[in-house]
Amino acid sequence: MTIGSPEKVTGARALIKGLEEEDVTTMFGYPGAALLHIYDELYDSDLRHVLVRHEQAAVHAADGYARVTGKTGVCMATSGPGATNLVTGIATAYMDSIPIVALTGQVPHSIIGNDSFQEADITGITLPITKHRYLVPEAKDLPRIVKEAFHIASTGRQGPVLIDMPKDVINGEFEYHSIETVKLQGYKPTYRGNAQQIKKAAEEIAKSTNPIIYAGGGVISSNASAELAELAETLMAPVTTTLMGIGSIPTEHPLNLGMLGMHGSKYANYSVQGSDLIIAVGARFDDRVTGKLQSFAPNAKVIHIDIDPAEISKNVPAHIPIVGDAKIVLKSLIKHVKQCNSETWLEKINEWKREYPLTYEQGKFIKPQFVIEQISEACSNAIIVTEVGQHQMWAAQFFKYKEPRTFITSGGLGTMGYGFPAAIGAKVGRPDKTVINIAGDGSFQMNSRELATAVQNDIPVVSVILNNGYLGMVRQWQELFYDRRYSHTCIKGSVDFVKLAEAYGALGLRVEKPSEVRPAIKEAIASGRPSVIDITIECEENVSPMVPAGAAINEFIGPEGNK
Amino acid sequence: MKKYTLAVLVENKSGVLAKVAGLFSKRGYNIDNLAVGVTEDPEISRMTIVVQGDDQVLEQVTKQFNKIVDVIKVSDIEEDDTVERELALIKVTADVTTRAEIIQIANIFRARIVDVARNSITVEVTGDESKIQAIEKLLRQFGIKEMARTGKIALVRGPKKV
Repeated sequence: MTIGSPEKVTGARALIKGLEEEDVTTMFGYPGAALLHIYDELYDSDLRHVLVRHEQAAVHAADGYARVTGKTGVCMATSGPGATNLVTGIATAYMDSIPIVALTGQVPHSIIGNDSFQEADITGITLPITKHRYLVPEAKDLPRIVKEAFHIASTGRQGPVLIDMPKDVINGEFEYHSIETVKLQGYKPTYRGNAQQIKKAAEEIAKSTNPIIYAGGGVISSNASAELAELAETLMAPVTTTLMGIGSIPTEHPLNLGMLGMHGSKYANYSVQGSDLIIAVGARFDDRVTGKLQSFAPNAKVIHIDIDPAEISKNVPAHIPIVGDAKIVLKSLIKHVKQCNSETWLEKINEWKREYPLTYEQGKFIKPQFVIEQISEACSNAIIVTEVGQHQMWAAQFFKYKEPRTFITSGGLGTMGYGFPAAIGAKVGRPDKTVINIAGDGSFQMNSRELATAVQNDIPVVSVILNNGYLGMVRQWQELFYDRRYSHTCIKGSVDFVKLAEAYGALGLRVEKPSEVRPAIKEAIASGRPSVIDITIECEENVSPMVPAGAAINEFIGPEGNK
Repeated sequence: MKKYTLAVLVENKSGVLAKVAGLFSKRGYNIDNLAVGVTEDPEISRMTIVVQGDDQVLEQVTKQFNKIVDVIKVSDIEEDDTVERELALIKVTADVTTRAEIIQIANIFRARIVDVARNSITVEVTGDESKIQAIEKLLRQFGIKEMARTGKIALVRGPKKV
């Protein structure tokens, strides 16, 4: 080869080069026949590849990695079943707008469409759950497609992008060329908010006496936490966050009202309902947040700041829409506003805070809320990852978050089994941090085999199982709405989690008394090993407060009743 | 419920039509009519889509279209003064006794006879939706064996482009 002439490479080599050019250092995957060339390249590569035990874990781990680092997560699976096993994780990332590039193998072009062995139309299957997707036509298209995929995944409203690579593309040779720029005619995200709209918003804010800022995951993905706090403090406006927005402002910030919605604090929901102005930032008025739309914040005008124009007025009409990046828009909005006349309003909110605190009663058995408080006190700087269900809500309500990207949860899709593999990805992304997966005994069983991944790759994640012997959230609904007919929600005694952990070579600890909670957490963290703490908790504890589905968000049910 | 006509410019790539169709099913929108073909630029296709709904549905459809990476531009041309055309091929049962009358009807509509056989005549007609409906109604009495219609295509009148 003479100097200056392009190097001849295979598609597999080009993929690895492309990933390196995108600063990818880590990926999660599982090999298969269609990917043999790529895995052969990985054998000599500096790229870290974490081998999982099921492809679903690869995509959740890439997602957890992306959420804690802010970088694009990468996962890889082979054609057919490997690719279809990614589907739940891709949908999870899509619903929460998480940047992921999912790589899949595909059968060669010559036999696509023949129902060939391990063939699945993955670009067709993932069409409604990806931001964009590619079936690579030829090996020479790979450098451009890799570049575009990372660009699309990580800009605008972030999301998963899939690259499906037929085996002839992976094995095919061509003259490599680096791609410098991306040219996509139909893709131009808006970052800067319209100046007129920002002025209008400032005018509306100046008139407001009962403002509330409603912050979502968009604040975290645009790294706008400092701007959010500055806006709140400048206006003296309270902030409520969605589940996805937790961590965007510290739990203990005096203006933070915590989460709103179905399991939001009463004071957050009352504040939304009583507000005269909602400043929505990077949030999408999900049904779990708004409850009955017709009764949502009846007296409030809405300023809606979002990078995705399609979110504006989708569920709740926006009086002043501002399309743009949360950080950039908040920065310019802050320049135009001053303190609101909100003193009486904040007093009223403080009254609600005193009257309806987030609380629970101690009982004979360990209370789950107590466990979360103990974790919060024992390792206040940890990254908390959750599965989905009651434990997720308790983790949202009772841990005191200090910074963004420390509460990692499947918000939109609500994927049970997400937490453990996502925690593995989070720990790989932030090895300096303690990573704790808060789980239920139901959720943990969905991906518990990833203990093998954690042990083999030495990824010391601590899983805390709040074990109530039930699929607790469903049981709670059966208790409240189905006359306590616990149909197929009792899973008591299905597995000995301590022995399970030990079988994989992880540390297993059992906790049955409140006094054992704290020492067990400390022991698990100190061990530096993947650990599972099985904590037997009060089995019929409910998540409270609760607004039933379809009701207005100030219509609470449960033992404490309504105000 | 109102009808809206959208002109959508997309990258001329495989899979774009599937994505557009998928969008309608995913979001539960009703699509009335869809016609697609390449434009003066071979890399760009133009879709003319007629969608039913209220203003909010139109707004969401437009925004969701714009989110598709391969969609270059979406324009609502319902309020514009446009030239609109559909094309239909109608195969009508015909014999010696009816053939002359069918040809007469076709002439009135400035339709063309494109095929004649012993027992049938195929008529090609272009026009807006109402014209095609009108000729279809008149030809029905003879017995329509088969009919194929394109979707509506439309251009804004005058020098303006979408």
